[in-house]
Amino acid sequence: MLREFELDMPGNLQETLARLPGGTLLAGGTNLLVDLRARREDAERLIWLGNIDGFRDIKIEDGRVIIGGGTTIGDLLRNPAMAEAAPSLVAAARVFGGQMVRNQATVAGNVCSGSPAADTVPPLLSLDAEVHLTCSTGSRTVPLNDFYTGFKTNQRKHDELVTGLSWAAPGPHTANLFYKLARRKGDAITVVGVAVTVTRDGDRCTEARIALGAVGPTVFRAKDAEAMLTGEPLADDLIDSAARKAMEESSPIDDLRASADYRRHCIHVLTRRLLKQAWEDAA
Amino acid sequence: MSLEKAITVEINGVARELSAPANETLLDCLRRHGQFEVKSGCEKGDCGACAVQIDGEAVDSCLTLAWMVEGKKVTTLEGLNDADSPHPLIAAFLEHGAVQCGYCTPGIMIAAEAMLRDIPDPTDDDIALALSGNLCRCTGYTKIFTAIKQAAEVLRAGGGDD
Repeated sequence: MLREFELDMPGNLQETLARLPGGTLLAGGTNLLVDLRARREDAERLIWLGNIDGFRDIKIEDGRVIIGGGTTIGDLLRNPAMAEAAPSLVAAARVFGGQMVRNQATVAGNVCSGSPAADTVPPLLSLDAEVHLTCSTGSRTVPLNDFYTGFKTNQRKHDELVTGLSWAAPGPHTANLFYKLARRKGDAITVVGVAVTVTRDGDRCTEARIALGAVGPTVFRAKDAEAMLTGEPLADDLIDSAARKAMEESSPIDDLRASADYRRHCIHVLTRRLLKQAWEDAA
Repeated sequence: MSLEKAITVEINGVARELSAPANETLLDCLRRHGQFEVKSGCEKGDCGACAVQIDGEAVDSCLTLAWMVEGKKVTTLEGLNDADSPHPLIAAFLEHGAVQCGYCTPGIMIAAEAMLRDIPDPTDDDIALALSGNLCRCTGYTKIFTAIKQAAEVLRAGGGDD
């Protein structure tokens, strides 16, 4: 039996916002209920988000993708437009937990739980996504790149709800890739996650984004490595130097899944591999 | 003591009223009300033994609170079958011996049935993706894959009642 708590089940967005202060948000529950059972979490009052109308909707308007705060990982996989609108995110969704977890876990929940190994975050950072927050007195938008303030901490205030995430769908001559290194394809925690976006104009790279997971206190962009690529033709030696720079920007730890040295090595190899692939795909 | 409330829910096509406290999982609630085909395994979303469908979507009942299914349709393994003719998945699992100890089987069938409604002609990759949250520790996945493919064929040919 789970420890005792109060379960608040507001019927719409306004009611939810009114009850937010002091409550713990329950979306898919695939982290929270596990933590409650393990006594790692001692929430007294849970607020379930499952009754908010349209909260799982996915929209694409004028090239911008907007997913609701309740959109699940499974919703991404079932939406045929997402393969083009967020290739890296779909790649992450395919290796996220198992089918049942994918049907419950929400993208916003994965973002807010803030694990450095959260699989949707490198793709969303590589897509330069924004986080939409609402409280009873108004709304604001925070770039995901500025959202995290430290290990499992972020800018969401206790009276705010993440009502959605949005990003610009990759345009022409843009490739967006993700690779998760783990013991298995499914139901495994990430050892290293890398997402890259490369936009190409002829023989020059006009924009590059590199997001690294599970090699620092938060998922982060390797900005120095990105800067080396912008405006340049991506020859093999430049790609290798940038991948090495990404490795230098990471600060992994030793844990039961891998050593810090192994993680650094994998960042170098995987970033190089993905950049090379993205440069070819973007042609 | 957590507040108890009565929730109305349709289980395998039958309207039921279940009383549950706020902190009871759907898994515990279903078993307490006699649905013993729903198995308890890891209780953290890794093994899939407790899988059920809510409005047709496969979820882990250990990571669902009973109150969340108010007004919804819950399908367990029992709901896939019908008394006269076994569901093609069940028939195929029997024919291929795709069951060893059987503990993971109800969850695997729930996950496979949900996949077959989306993907009537699954590849090995499709099946692996659909079953990535179902652990069989007898490690008999080969026969499970064979059985699921055969059930898919039967369903595509219009067999079974679903």
